[in-house]
Amino acid sequence: MPDTIIPASNGLSQPLHWPAEGATRVPFRVYHDPEILKLEHERIFRGPVWNYLCMEIEIPEKGDFKTTFVGEIPVIVTRNRDGQVHAMVNRCAHKGALVCMQERGNKQRLTCVYHSWNYDLTGQLRGVAFQNGLRGAGGMPEDFDLKNHRLEPLRVAVLHGMVFGTFSDETPPIEEYLGEMVCNIMKRNFSRPHKIIGYHSQIIHNNWKLYAENVRDSYHATLLHTFYTTFKINRLDMDGGMILADPIPWHSLSYAKRATIQEDEGYKEIHSAQFDENALQGPELLNSFHEFDDNITHMIQSNFPNLTFQFTLNSLAVRHFVPKGPGKTELHWYYIGYEDDTPEQEEMRINQGNLTGSAGYVSLEDGCINEFVQRGSHGSEDANEFLEMGGKTAETSEGSRATETSIRGFWTGYRQIMGFDQ
Amino acid sequence: MALEITPELRGRIDDLFCDYAYCIDDDLVESWPDFFTDDALYEVTTKEADARGLPMAIMRAKGMGQLRDRITALRKANIFEPHHYNHVISRPRLSANGDGSVHARTSLVVYRTMHDGRQDRFVVASYDDEIVERDGALRFKKRRVVLDSRQVDVLLVYPL
Repeated sequence: MPDTIIPASNGLSQPLHWPAEGATRVPFRVYHDPEILKLEHERIFRGPVWNYLCMEIEIPEKGDFKTTFVGEIPVIVTRNRDGQVHAMVNRCAHKGALVCMQERGNKQRLTCVYHSWNYDLTGQLRGVAFQNGLRGAGGMPEDFDLKNHRLEPLRVAVLHGMVFGTFSDETPPIEEYLGEMVCNIMKRNFSRPHKIIGYHSQIIHNNWKLYAENVRDSYHATLLHTFYTTFKINRLDMDGGMILADPIPWHSLSYAKRATIQEDEGYKEIHSAQFDENALQGPELLNSFHEFDDNITHMIQSNFPNLTFQFTLNSLAVRHFVPKGPGKTELHWYYIGYEDDTPEQEEMRINQGNLTGSAGYVSLEDGCINEFVQRGSHGSEDANEFLEMGGKTAETSEGSRATETSIRGFWTGYRQIMGFDQ
Repeated sequence: MALEITPELRGRIDDLFCDYAYCIDDDLVESWPDFFTDDALYEVTTKEADARGLPMAIMRAKGMGQLRDRITALRKANIFEPHHYNHVISRPRLSANGDGSVHARTSLVVYRTMHDGRQDRFVVASYDDEIVERDGALRFKKRRVVLDSRQVDVLLVYPL
């Protein structure tokens, strides 16, 4: 079978060669080429996907707003006077200035500071300064109609406290887009009243898709993040698996059950697992409590395009990774507790916050490892990644997590939505 | 022993801050926990998280065991590109707490130099400290590093 050659059109000035092996190969050019990021905005972020916007608990009251990004597009999410959640591009219909500068707040109207064009919380234009001019001169032409101007809207869907938005009319209903597996996981983790207990962001110097791969890569997790393996928080010799969404395998779940470890000799060969497991002088760091009857103690659940939910021991987090140009990404870490947590349970979640985030014992390496790929592949944009661990297909792997199946699933979906598969 | 804010104490606190900064900047971090009391709290958080009352820090160590574990992990478990810091700290503003400890607020800027020479301003922050005297030496009972920005560039592995 010949390579797929995506012709120089549709915004690409050079044809893109995708090897005939398909989702087991990825041309490094997709991480570097600004034209591809531009095309991703057209076909993914403005395309038929549900983009994560925020959590409902960030905008609990009428008039609350929160700003975020869909791809690089600035977006405002509001709760209107009727309690409904709305989302719109944060770009004034007049000159294109940001309408909301703050991260969050509460307002009756959204007013652009440039020329005082003001909008209601659904994004509809309600007033324009000097519409009728001053002293009988100036002002808008007679055919100017407020009703014809608004902030560009997104369709919104709210599921288990998570707010999603889409620009496309083609996007299927949220439950269908995410699929049964993702909906069940979200219900498990977020249907109880919850609260934000921590937040920061991490600037990683790599393309957003390298992080999308990274969170789907259960193969690396126990090799690079040696703290995981040494303290038996997550190892591939525990019961666990990878579940991929159906029919498009672009969302996935990796899970493990800590109580089921059967130590495999393979780990003795691993350079990294050399930390004496009894070496923790503050072992209370790993104090945890049983929360779910499914006995899953570690899960990373990733959704196309750029959202991951993490539940490691009792540390629940939302990771939203937002592109900032082809070679830079802002990774937002939102840590979640439940409203009915006891002080002891909250203390355990706070302690376990040391595991992940930009200073996390089991995650700080991801701050640089994706950058190593970005830097390592500079000038080799026609070369390809090789992704055949665990086979060549993208399907659920119940027995083993020594596999790149979930990464192949991401690229299967990516190639389809980008039109890079034919 | 209750601390009183005297010129002598100010001089001792200046020395404490310099010794602390050079311990990290000179990669002598095995001694870093010695600057704290056994029951100390060390945290790195952000101004925004503080303002919102979010209890979780970016890095946190409660007690001597967790302070030492941070160092053991960075020496033995964590993987990152070699780099070092240079702390630039301001004169602390001191105030006496009712309980005999001293509160100090200090501005700091930390420059980061990577092994290949890349250099940047890594952190702009404030120290929010509680200092006590134990066995004739000044120790941090609490040291909170409050970052001005919510963003951490690349990763945070060495303490600040």
